[in-house]
Amino acid sequence: MSIEGATTGGATIGGVAIDWLHFTPWTALAGGALIGLAAGLFVVLNGRIAGISGLLGSVLEGGEGRAEKALFLLGLLLAPLLWGLFAELPAIEFQSGWLGLVVAGLLVGLGTRYGSGCTSGHGVCGISRLSPRSLVATLGFMASGFATVFVLRHLFGG
Amino acid sequence: MGKLTAMLAGLIFGCGLLLSGMANPAKVLGFLDLAGAWDPSLLLVMVGAIAVAAAPLAWAKRRTQSLLGAPMQLPVKRELDPRLIGGSLLFGIGWGIAGICPGPAVAILLSGHWQVILFVLAMLAGMLLFSALERRRAL
Repeated sequence: MSIEGATTGGATIGGVAIDWLHFTPWTALAGGALIGLAAGLFVVLNGRIAGISGLLGSVLEGGEGRAEKALFLLGLLLAPLLWGLFAELPAIEFQSGWLGLVVAGLLVGLGTRYGSGCTSGHGVCGISRLSPRSLVATLGFMASGFATVFVLRHLFGG
Repeated sequence: MGKLTAMLAGLIFGCGLLLSGMANPAKVLGFLDLAGAWDPSLLLVMVGAIAVAAAPLAWAKRRTQSLLGAPMQLPVKRELDPRLIGGSLLFGIGWGIAGICPGPAVAILLSGHWQVILFVLAMLAGMLLFSALERRRAL
């Protein structure tokens, strides 16, 4: 997508070319802090882990605490509408066609359920409570995410 | 009360995802593309989230009840089994293909893009497939 040099400004760190044009440190940190705040509130007040794949899975399967879990997901679902009252929605750009989306969705659904979590449950909540399982899971999905993009963009892609 | 706080937490979570850039698949893929022009922003999303969530989660670990009196339900499993590792690797492949993980998928479902609707349907199908396979295993 991006042209080498034009977006990197030529600066590299450890051999990795940083995309300074798209780097948004402040909104990333502030957005992350809000995510952490929400996860903190959910565990302190409701006694639950804000892991989205786990919440989706248990709402699908039924069982304990279904209403509360569904309401967290409803809040998540309504967030862009709340956002839209105050500001324009940020950019949402997709780079895959229908087949990629279907395959990706299936893998994400299946993988997060087998792996007991995703970016939120393992990556944020799990690492925050220093869980070795979550650390291993996060390293695992990050590594395969990096590898997948490398294969699709640099081995097969143009 | 618990229902209200659950929904409020979900709303804040979603706004955080939107603000952070995690809800933009193109930005996620820019983060996962180490060999191209790398956008490290999402690393800072994790740093920001963990910095804020660490204290409340550490507090939760020492408690049996939440502030609202609900039982504290933290994961108890300890073992690093093949399911954890294999599942996480599969998830990462899917994440790398489309740049969408479960939280952002829900948070942008109502944004009016057909792509996310298709993705969420496939993701829910994958989750139902997991449940079906688990039921068969239990027989």
